[in-house]
Amino acid sequence: MLKQLEGSRAVAEAVALCRPEVVCAYPITPQTHIVEAVGEMVREGTLSPCEFINVESEFSALSVAIGASAAGARTYTATASQGLLFMAEAVFNASGMGFPIVMTVANRAIGAPINIWNDQGDSMAMRDSGWLQIYATSNQEAVDLHIIAFRLAEEISLPVMVCMDGFVLTHAYERVDIPEQAEVDAYLPPFEPRQILDPAEPVTMGAMVGPEAFTEVRYLAHIKQMQALELLPKLAREFEARFGRDSGCLIQRYRTEDAKTIVVALGSVVGTLQEVIDTLRNEGHAVGVLAIRAFRPFPLAEVHDALMHAERVVVVERAFAIGQGGIVADSIRKALQGRPAPIYTVVAGLGGRPITQASLNAMLHQAMDDALPSVTFLDLQTDVVERALERERSHRRSGPVAEGVLKDLGVKAMQYV
Amino acid sequence: MSHQEVKFYQTGTFTVGNRLLDPEQRSVQSTEERTNALNSGHRACQGCGEALGARYAMDAAMAATNGQIVIANATGCLEVFSTPYPETAWQVPWVHSLFGNAAAVGAGLAAAMRVKGKSDVRVIAQGGDGSTADIGFGPLSGMFERNDDVLFICYDNQGYMNTGVQRSSATLPAARTSTTAAVGKRPGHQLGMGKFVPEIAMAHHIPYVATATVADLRDIEAKVTTAMSLRGARYIHILVPCPLGWGSASHDTVRLARMAKESGLFPVFEARDGEVTDSLKIRHQVPVEEFLKPQKRFAHLFGKQRDEEAIGFLQARAERNIRKYHLLEA
Repeated sequence: MLKQLEGSRAVAEAVALCRPEVVCAYPITPQTHIVEAVGEMVREGTLSPCEFINVESEFSALSVAIGASAAGARTYTATASQGLLFMAEAVFNASGMGFPIVMTVANRAIGAPINIWNDQGDSMAMRDSGWLQIYATSNQEAVDLHIIAFRLAEEISLPVMVCMDGFVLTHAYERVDIPEQAEVDAYLPPFEPRQILDPAEPVTMGAMVGPEAFTEVRYLAHIKQMQALELLPKLAREFEARFGRDSGCLIQRYRTEDAKTIVVALGSVVGTLQEVIDTLRNEGHAVGVLAIRAFRPFPLAEVHDALMHAERVVVVERAFAIGQGGIVADSIRKALQGRPAPIYTVVAGLGGRPITQASLNAMLHQAMDDALPSVTFLDLQTDVVERALERERSHRRSGPVAEGVLKDLGVKAMQYV
Repeated sequence: MSHQEVKFYQTGTFTVGNRLLDPEQRSVQSTEERTNALNSGHRACQGCGEALGARYAMDAAMAATNGQIVIANATGCLEVFSTPYPETAWQVPWVHSLFGNAAAVGAGLAAAMRVKGKSDVRVIAQGGDGSTADIGFGPLSGMFERNDDVLFICYDNQGYMNTGVQRSSATLPAARTSTTAAVGKRPGHQLGMGKFVPEIAMAHHIPYVATATVADLRDIEAKVTTAMSLRGARYIHILVPCPLGWGSASHDTVRLARMAKESGLFPVFEARDGEVTDSLKIRHQVPVEEFLKPQKRFAHLFGKQRDEEAIGFLQARAERNIRKYHLLEA
């Protein structure tokens, strides 16, 4: 049914359609609206049976989810930013033990400096946690990917993170098609766990594993992720057959077929990029966009095929590895191993900075001239950075960095609160 | 006189004379139906108080629930010695997730049982004092506060024994550990530090809080049985001497637990909804020295110069417990 909904509400309705039996909630912006809406549906009785548990931290949110999943319940939670890091130990544990929990990450920057706005530094920090990670480019995709995620998680017995940009998607009101319950029920069968704590058949879970078997257990986790490279497209095809939308492939191409320059991105910026590409195409430039939906497992072969004819690749990243550079770009480089085409990293939209069409357009013109540095920070105020460095050169006690930058800019911190 | 009334030389302690009791009064552990929930063959040290306590507690829980329990276990000695892959000593459904989250995992298990209509399956979460009083304290308080249907059992050996005897917030003042060396101006653990989790549990006004020691195994059984007859968040804190960490003889585990109780240093009591309802009385009061002296972790108190301040501090604590929990009254 077509509805005009806030992204969070749409995701909550999609999650409810998947009939989670245990939902753990702890507030953190910008994820909070999702669990609030799920909680309301549990209260109203529209989502039943479901245990909605208000926990005292994200660490407990995922730990409760681990317990519930170990007892065979379909389990969901949502988090963001600091919350994802606070539960980090449990994040690795859930995947290590193979519990098919589905978790929304409403992408938000990691502090310090504390920042509630969007970037993807949080989920990127957990990219090697053993969870499958899929990134939604729109609210419709976010809705669809959650439904696919439960099926994927349970078939492969690994947890799945559905990543959606905080505020940009979670707080945006858009038209979305919310599927019918009967259709979702037909797509997503009841959870049949591979492992369960049951007095009728006692098992031990979470034993200590030493050097004699640790490599094998880890390797199996890798194999399972590799299996997802085939399973996810299969589930996406089934989804498309039933719901009429392609929402779950590993990658999504937009005007890439004859493109000399291809921009790679994850998440909501793909929509902005598509518009920029349309403009550039009208000007006669052969450009396209490749959206990466599955970042874990990383679809090396598909990315290679999509990019192999490009003369250059520009990777727009909403996060970066401090001291190293692009995170996504590294994987792209791996996919294009042996090809001489330049790969540019463009770090954009950190901590909620808007990624404008004008900036992308100017950047892509530079790229098409191969005049772009290998790592670029979009709209970086270099004068501000220079003055901060100068303060450090000239004063031993130069003070806290973030506050110095704000003072320099004349920004009253309160105006954002 | 045609017959003599049977007399137990430790009346009320249930520690001996089991075979003289009627079958229905016998301990769970002495019955043929005992489940050996924590089975033999595990790798605990000789004289391990935790293995003893866990065995009695789990078998009692099994008996009280007709075998319908699942366990969430924190990282620690109990986890490590019972489940070195590919072995397991557990004959019950058992999950270990992390050091600090056993209470939360237990809450998740309970939620799943409820939603699946399997409320007859009861949940126990357990761990040592490190996971209870320190790293898992937040999730434990959360589980209490929500009144989740979980029995949490803390096996308190007063330190991080699995990692090599470091100080926890349950370590006794003056005790030597790897991180509170018995050297310097104030040897051993500082006086005046630490916490007693049972009292904090009571502050949550949960249905049931109890303490016990491995000196009184029937008492452990009785308290676990009581706990399993109730719903909601329940907490049992069992003192389990650790020969390795305490520097005591393996054969002294039960004796030391008894001295802890008989000195008043470890009060054994029950509380309902935040109020103390009963306490196990001291039968033969001993000074705390009797408890301290056999342990190498307190050896520095009894050197050439006795550390009267530290001994006095612990004696004062015992006396405070005696007053507070009415340990000497009939």
